[in-house]
Amino acid sequence: MKPALFDYVRPESLEETLKALSASDEATVIAGGQSLLPMLNLRIASAETLVDISRLRELKTLSETETTLSIGALVTHAAIEDGLGRDAFNGLLQKIASKIAYRAVRNMGTIGGSLSLCDPSADWPVCLLALGASVAIASLEGERCLPMEDFLVDAYTTALEQGELLVRIDIPKQGDCAWGVSKVNRKSGAFADSLAIAILGTDRQPARVALGGTASCAQLLAATSALLGQHPDIGADALSSAIATDVAAAHEEATPYQMRCHIHTVTCAIAEARSWSR
Amino acid sequence: MLRKEDRRHLAGASTFVADLRLPRMRDIAFVRSPAAHGCIVSIEKPTGRENSVFTLEDLQPLNPISGGPEIATFRNATYPPLADEKVLFVGQTIAMCIGTNRASAEDLAADVIVEIDELAAVVDAIDALTDEAPLLHEDWPDNSFIDATITEGDIAAVRDAPVKIRRQLKMNRQATNPLETRGVVAYQDHRLDELVVYSSTQGPHVMRHGLALALGLPEHKIRVVAPDVGGGFGGKNRLMPEEIAVAALAMKVDHPVRWIEDRNEHLVASIQAREHHYDLTLYSTAEGRVLGIEGSVHVDAGAFALWPSGPFMETGMAARNLPGSYTIEHLHIRTHTVATNKAPIGPYRGVARPGACFAIERMIDELADELGCCPVEIRRRNLVQPTMMPYRTAGGLRLDNGDYPKALAHALEMIDLPKLRERQRKGEPDGRKLGVGFAVYTEQSGHGTLEWVKRKSRVVPGFESATIRMLPDGTINLLVGIQSHGQGLETSLSQIAAQELGVDPSSILVRHGDTGLSPQGFGTFASRSIVFSGGAVAKASRALATKIKAIGAQLLQVPAADVTLRDGAVQSSSGQIPIADIARAANIRPELLPAGTAPGLEATETYEPPESGGVFSYGVHAVTLLSHPVTGVTEIIDYVIVEDCGTLINPMIVDGQIIGGVAQGIGTALYEELPYDENGQPTATTYGDYMIPCAPEIPNFRIKHMVTPAESTEFGVKGMGEGGAIAPPAAIANALNDAHRDCKAKFLVTPMTPRRVSDTVADALARENAE
Repeated sequence: MKPALFDYVRPESLEETLKALSASDEATVIAGGQSLLPMLNLRIASAETLVDISRLRELKTLSETETTLSIGALVTHAAIEDGLGRDAFNGLLQKIASKIAYRAVRNMGTIGGSLSLCDPSADWPVCLLALGASVAIASLEGERCLPMEDFLVDAYTTALEQGELLVRIDIPKQGDCAWGVSKVNRKSGAFADSLAIAILGTDRQPARVALGGTASCAQLLAATSALLGQHPDIGADALSSAIATDVAAAHEEATPYQMRCHIHTVTCAIAEARSWSR
Repeated sequence: MLRKEDRRHLAGASTFVADLRLPRMRDIAFVRSPAAHGCIVSIEKPTGRENSVFTLEDLQPLNPISGGPEIATFRNATYPPLADEKVLFVGQTIAMCIGTNRASAEDLAADVIVEIDELAAVVDAIDALTDEAPLLHEDWPDNSFIDATITEGDIAAVRDAPVKIRRQLKMNRQATNPLETRGVVAYQDHRLDELVVYSSTQGPHVMRHGLALALGLPEHKIRVVAPDVGGGFGGKNRLMPEEIAVAALAMKVDHPVRWIEDRNEHLVASIQAREHHYDLTLYSTAEGRVLGIEGSVHVDAGAFALWPSGPFMETGMAARNLPGSYTIEHLHIRTHTVATNKAPIGPYRGVARPGACFAIERMIDELADELGCCPVEIRRRNLVQPTMMPYRTAGGLRLDNGDYPKALAHALEMIDLPKLRERQRKGEPDGRKLGVGFAVYTEQSGHGTLEWVKRKSRVVPGFESATIRMLPDGTINLLVGIQSHGQGLETSLSQIAAQELGVDPSSILVRHGDTGLSPQGFGTFASRSIVFSGGAVAKASRALATKIKAIGAQLLQVPAADVTLRDGAVQSSSGQIPIADIARAANIRPELLPAGTAPGLEATETYEPPESGGVFSYGVHAVTLLSHPVTGVTEIIDYVIVEDCGTLINPMIVDGQIIGGVAQGIGTALYEELPYDENGQPTATTYGDYMIPCAPEIPNFRIKHMVTPAESTEFGVKGMGEGGAIAPPAAIANALNDAHRDCKAKFLVTPMTPRRVSDTVADALARENAE
């Protein structure tokens, strides 16, 4: 379990990084390396050139305006667990970060790396999809922004093109945000078999419920979200049929166990969000 | 007393095999079979690198060695260190590549082209015995290593019993997962004219013997050294192909070679464990007195029999332990030890008994369900009573002493069952189900010559040796043949010697794990070290004490019978002499010795326990858990252990052994599994797929010790290293059964993963709805 040879560059600036990425079709970005390195070690992934972005200090910060919270792509799970952005979204980010894998992984792993890998069971894609976030993508041509729905394409597939780098996540601020999180995994720290995050609507943003652990990327549950938006006090029965419809569409060919888990996590996440007294 | 080993380990200052740095050492990577079953057509070495790639032919001359019991009906198959004709499991070694580091060795291994004609794989131990199954070993009539029947009493006499319960149970395959994986460093020491093999092993002397057989070397030209070993659990107690291949390679090249197993190799090609299928019928009276057990046990043994013992012991012990701690008189079990296209199985903490305990303890709870009776009450009616001891079970095991019903009573006191039942009736606010489960286990330990001869073992670990040597200043070297792989034996054994000699344990240095230093021994396994090595150390210490006392008495001019050893001195009513003075005289100032006394202070003794059938630790585990009926996620909220291992030498070490064992048992119960797909491909090859319980999964344990000293051993000790791992699958399964009793869900397969639990409950609910 040692990687094959690769070239390695560690640029000091974003511009240098983007040049390195556009110079070669075979350049692979490495941030925290918590997914990529094991894959390289097992030789199930290979890399001609690793472009190590860990020196890009500007991607390690969190900033905010009146309407938006922006998280640099290199912010680690541990930094968020330890309180970075704690006040936003009533602590949702901290809650999510603290349940990702193990502390050793969280120390190194980054939010941008997690999004760029787009593992179907990863936590951040579900969370940021539920929050209605968008990503800022840099290349030598400039910067473009994509809503999360368009950025996440499929399992391990994003809209990132060769030469592009995810640099920032922008999350629209919400008022007093009520959320619920429900995760099923085989043990603490294991990837989720099902992860649902529900955010109840505020005046600024409609309700959004997202699901991970499908065969594809994180999915927004449209019917459920819409129903919750239109009828905030809708009863459990009406909600459950919407959930069943959404889950079946989100995870085709799910096993009965997966279906049970998805319906359970979505139901629990919504119930938890509804339990907030506002 | 704190462990002597802790200082170096807490500082990260010790030496494991992977810490060795030798000049010009090269790393080895193995080319391993990607196919589960097939014939090797060709092995093509990369052009220009032929000298760095070795196949079986390049390592010759080697002697084929086979493992397994010395029974005529046991079918043997040579396990070659590198495959040359057939491959029989994914991960089997085919070639070895030398690199300046592991990465370059792996680069080279990736360029070796192996062409294999694939054959259909055998992946199920029961299907493996049908006529349609492909044969792994073509000269065998079927895929069974051995079929045997274990029978006692007259099962036909109880077949008409009023209550009959038949269940099929399975304990799935798992890995042994020591923190430190296996590893070997080998080189030729030309000065000493010996082949030096550093190996992360549990038994250096036995491994030396096996290597000598395989390499055709005289044994005095091989030195095996086990430095600190980071866990073994049985998985480092067999001679494995990599060890033979690396040692053989060291004889072909002019530099040290090193192979360190990585976790991927560990999960695919190391010793694997368990995988028992049970099909059992239990016969009982209407009052719940169990009369007999009948049925079959299939052990999925993998492709080869490992040297020395092979897989048959697993099967025999599974069958013989089925009566457990109960007065069941009739036993009739057909056993099958089956070859499949999987990595060979070997011993793992508990050996066979976690499966047997799971089977019998689940059956007891099934009987309780059938009779509408409390599982605790059913156990009370069937447990061997202290007045019946020593009691010979239907499995032929001699339970020496103890009070099993009292252990059960203690466990009940500790959990407050009525209160838990009340909580269960009320239900949990989050919809989870509360369950309480019990399991009783026994642990055969310290068994000697006759027991191993009965098992037809090729190597009979019937004794242990110890050499105790007092140096001129009165400090002591204690050399032992066992090998600690984390049991704290340097501490426990020095406590024993210190007590016998009246000195402080800090003046004793225990040395083990080096055939160049230690007297002959067998290593640490089968819960034997405290009984055997503790006995040998006590005996050698007493021999030394006798001489010290004799010298001291003469110098004090009193009869030898009137002196004692205490506080580092020979004491008598008329005065005392420091032991250090005697040590000085005996070692470097012989003129100070009484006339006629031979110089030197050294004693070597061997010890064989008088009770060859072993002494039995036992205990009761009581688990309280919450189980989610939809997600199937289990949370253990209380874990009570009542155990009796006789006299405790070091209570903290005993508790550590219990906790570690139970943690592994929880792994067996809920998390760990090595599945194979229909083509024989292993599907859990990293920790991403193979779940090991981590700290959050391990509850706090509440442990109560009972102390019934063994009658036959030194100090009344009993071995106890495995017991913790035996009962958890049974106790946890019974607790799940209790949690979901309403819907009649039956938990008969380990590990009880969230998916299995959820599916089991869903199936039970569907059945209930259909009815």
